[in-house]
Amino acid sequence: MIEIQNLTKRFTTQSGTVVALEDISLTIRDGDIFGIIGMSGAGKSTLVRCINMLERPDEGLVAVNGLQMQSLSPKDLRAARRDIAMIFQQFNLLMQRTCLKNICFPLELAGRPKAEAEARARQLLELVGLPDKADAYPAQLSGGQKQRIAIARALATDPKVLLCDEATSALDPNTTHSILQLIQQINRELGITVVVITHQMSVVEEICNRVAILDGGHVVEQGDVGQIFSNPRTAAARRLVFPAGAAKSELVPGRRMVRVAFNGTQTTDKPLVASLAIECNALVSIIAADTRMVNGQTLGSMLLALPEDEAAAQRAIDYISNYPGLSFEEVKQA
Amino acid sequence: MSIFFSSDEWLTLVDNLPNLPFATWETFYATVLSTLLAMVIGLPLGVLLVVGEKDGILPLPRWLMAVINTVINLLRSVPFLILMIAAIPLSRLIMGTSIGTLASIVPLVVASFPFVARLVETSLREVDGGVIEAAQSMGATPFQIISRVMVPESLPSLIANVTIALTTILGYSAMAGIIGGGGLGQIAINYGYYKYKYLIMVVATILLVVLVQLFQSLGTRLSVRCDKRLRR
Repeated sequence: MIEIQNLTKRFTTQSGTVVALEDISLTIRDGDIFGIIGMSGAGKSTLVRCINMLERPDEGLVAVNGLQMQSLSPKDLRAARRDIAMIFQQFNLLMQRTCLKNICFPLELAGRPKAEAEARARQLLELVGLPDKADAYPAQLSGGQKQRIAIARALATDPKVLLCDEATSALDPNTTHSILQLIQQINRELGITVVVITHQMSVVEEICNRVAILDGGHVVEQGDVGQIFSNPRTAAARRLVFPAGAAKSELVPGRRMVRVAFNGTQTTDKPLVASLAIECNALVSIIAADTRMVNGQTLGSMLLALPEDEAAAQRAIDYISNYPGLSFEEVKQA
Repeated sequence: MSIFFSSDEWLTLVDNLPNLPFATWETFYATVLSTLLAMVIGLPLGVLLVVGEKDGILPLPRWLMAVINTVINLLRSVPFLILMIAAIPLSRLIMGTSIGTLASIVPLVVASFPFVARLVETSLREVDGGVIEAAQSMGATPFQIISRVMVPESLPSLIANVTIALTTILGYSAMAGIIGGGGLGQIAINYGYYKYKYLIMVVATILLVVLVQLFQSLGTRLSVRCDKRLRR
């Protein structure tokens, strides 16, 4: 478990003191894939570096598996860091070492015998799906392959926590997907707690079960991914969940408009728009929609234009208000 | 050729021909030995210049960094000829004499270790900060970061820079001929400069050029060969 309490971090620059993080409190449970999402400059990378003390917080507490990270001696901190592995956007592999030697590196630092380290490294190459790259140098690999080697290296010391700092931000969508699958597999099979720093909502959506939204150095929302996605309460969260801005759409003159929010409707449920047509003979138009699937649930919102016929419109509203798993509001003409 | 050089000059050359191989050897070993010793001092200093900074992996007291920087800059700014003469007592103290090839190694090292330190500093700064951060996140000690990350990762650049130092020190060692250092420099200065026997001076200079070419092409080849960043 990772517990962050009232953490504040300031940086002193030439133009004065900048508060990078202010009064952050987070709890990351064992086995979570915890997303920390925010725009560039929100303080995500600083926050994740406070977990393994690459950045020292100015105030507040950081405890990883019961260890108070700030109060550790340099020696104990180094030992604790072996349990908290980290992967990076730029992979940060040693360019003058082969892949095998890169994976051996953390074991070498820990003073393990060479033969044992190499055997372990070969196992890990197998795990990340690159058994034939043992003697290749990082410069000979693609971005996705480099990140796989970095993941293998991170796992070498059997860590309990894996910190991913924008680990997929330098990769194309397909490669991102395969790396995320690997991270999820590691989380499930090895029981490693994962903290994912990202600015991409799609990353959180794909693998995280819990998420914190960071904006301007503050945690503005945190909780289960489904809950935050279905009902983003703050402006910062809405910006991230609906980047295209489904909030204000074109209103159709002369027709009543309704915004429907899906709060985790099961996909096995009957489809709303079709049901409206069949069951209450109300033919609605979808004016805007931004929905997504998270863990088999539909989340997001839809802007519907109701039929011109007043009776049909009222039937539709009655029907929607009784429909399970969604909330709605009528959007008034300006 | 006899239009440019008198028969007298040809005679001097022929007389000294047997001395040239040994003089070349003297220049070679003075250069290589001085470079090695300069690295023994310059490499750790260069490391300190990088790791000892405020944001470095092993921050040192500011006054210490100021002292190191000042000493290096001071030694770097004194002309080699002056430094060489100033180092004569030091040569006597260490080598027991101030004359000869071995004695010339002392001023050569004094003049070149600050240069080597700066070259090492430049090489080590090329190492990606992210890689150092990754090593820190794995629990590496500062010494492990220096010995297993910074130095190996900058090895191609270090080799290229040591080659620059080697050729510079070769030039210095020729200059040491003025204060009684041996080798090709001494022959060039004694015959060419003091006795106007230009032919043997030209020959000695050509041999120096050959040595520089040799060092440089070897160094470049080694640097490129050990660089694993280049796809092959």
